[in-house]
Amino acid sequence: MEKKKLWKLFLSTFYLSAFTFGGGYVIVTLLKNKFVDELHWIDEKEMLDLVAIAQSSPGAIAINGAIVVGYKLAGLPGVLCAVTGAVLPPLIILTVISGFYNLFIENAIIKALLSGMTAGVGAVIVSVVYDMGKDVVKSRDPALIIAMAAAFAADCFLKINVIYLILAAALAGILRTLYRKHKKRRLL
Amino acid sequence: MIYLQLFLAFLQIGAFSFGGGYAALPLIQDQVIDRFHWMTLSQFSDLVTISQLTPGPIAVNAATFVGNQTAGLLGALVATAGCILPSCIFVTALAWLYTKYRSLDLLQGMLEFLRPAVIAMIAAAGIVILLPVFFADGQLHFLDHNFQLRPFLLFAAALFLLRKKKMDPVLVMVLCGIAEALFHVIQ
Repeated sequence: MEKKKLWKLFLSTFYLSAFTFGGGYVIVTLLKNKFVDELHWIDEKEMLDLVAIAQSSPGAIAINGAIVVGYKLAGLPGVLCAVTGAVLPPLIILTVISGFYNLFIENAIIKALLSGMTAGVGAVIVSVVYDMGKDVVKSRDPALIIAMAAAFAADCFLKINVIYLILAAALAGILRTLYRKHKKRRLL
Repeated sequence: MIYLQLFLAFLQIGAFSFGGGYAALPLIQDQVIDRFHWMTLSQFSDLVTISQLTPGPIAVNAATFVGNQTAGLLGALVATAGCILPSCIFVTALAWLYTKYRSLDLLQGMLEFLRPAVIAMIAAAGIVILLPVFFADGQLHFLDHNFQLRPFLLFAAALFLLRKKKMDPVLVMVLCGIAEALFHVIQ
C-alpha cells in the first residue's frame, strides 16, 4: 500500500510538471485539484498552509509545492518521490533542446525567430512586473513601496549583489514582524 | 573543477530565489553570465525564451541547459541537484516546524518585505534582457543610430496584445518570433 502511494505521488508530480506551462502559481492550483479535490489525501485548509510554506521557501514554487505535499503525505521518502517526479520532465526536455540548440542556433531563420521571441519575453516580463508592482503600490504601505524603490536603485544603478538585497529584505521583514508582536504584547 | 562550480553556483541560485519563477532570473544572470561566463547575454536571452515555451521552472531549465552546455549530461544532473537541494531542505524544515507549531507569522512577515525587493530585481533583470533588443550595442542611448525600431515595435505590439487583448503569453511570444522570422525571409 505504502509503495503504491509513493508511486502514485511520483506519477502525479511528474504528470503535473510535464504538462504545466505558465509558472508556479498554475502548478499550485493543479496540486490542490489533484490532492485535495481528486484524491482527498489533504484537506483544503491545510493545503492553504502548505502552499504558504512552498511560497515562503526559496526555489521554484512548482518544486517546493511538490516537496511539501510529498512530506505531508509520506515524510522523507515522499519528498524524494515527489521532487524526482517534478524535476524529471524539465530535465529531459531541456537536455534534448540543449542538443538541438547547438545544431540550430547558427541557422539565420532560427536566430531571427528567437530574437523576435525575446522582444515578446521582454513584454511578458514588463507586464508581470507591472501587475506585481501595482499590488505593492496599492497596499499603501510606505515601507514596502520604499523597499521596492530602494531595491531597484541598488540593483540597477549601484549593482549591489542580489543576494545581499534578498538578505536585507528578509531581515527587514523579520524585524518588523518582531516589533509588531512586541508592541501588541505591550498593549495587552 | 567544473562539476563543483556548477553545483555551488546553482546551489546559490536555488537558495536565494524567493518568490517563484522570475525571481531566479537576476540570480542566474549574476552567476552564469557575470561570474562564470558560462553563457553570453544572447544565449541567456534564448534560454529565457525557451523556458517560457517549455514546462518547468526557469531555474531548473537553466540548470539543465547550462550544465549540458558546459559539462554534458553529468553537468546537467549536478547543476539541477544543486538547484533543488536548498528547496528540499528549507521546505522540509518548514513543513516539520509547521506540523509542530502551526504558526507561520514570522515567515509571512519576512515574505511581505521580500516581495517588493524581488519585484524590483525582476524589473532590473528585464531591463538587462531588453536593452540588447532595442540597441545594437546593448547600451542605453537616446535617439541615435544604435536604436533598432523593428524590435521596439514588436515589443510594443506584444505589450498591447498582452494587456489590452489579454492574449496568452506563450502565443504572443510565438507570434513575435514568427513576425521577426518573416521579416528576415522577406529582406
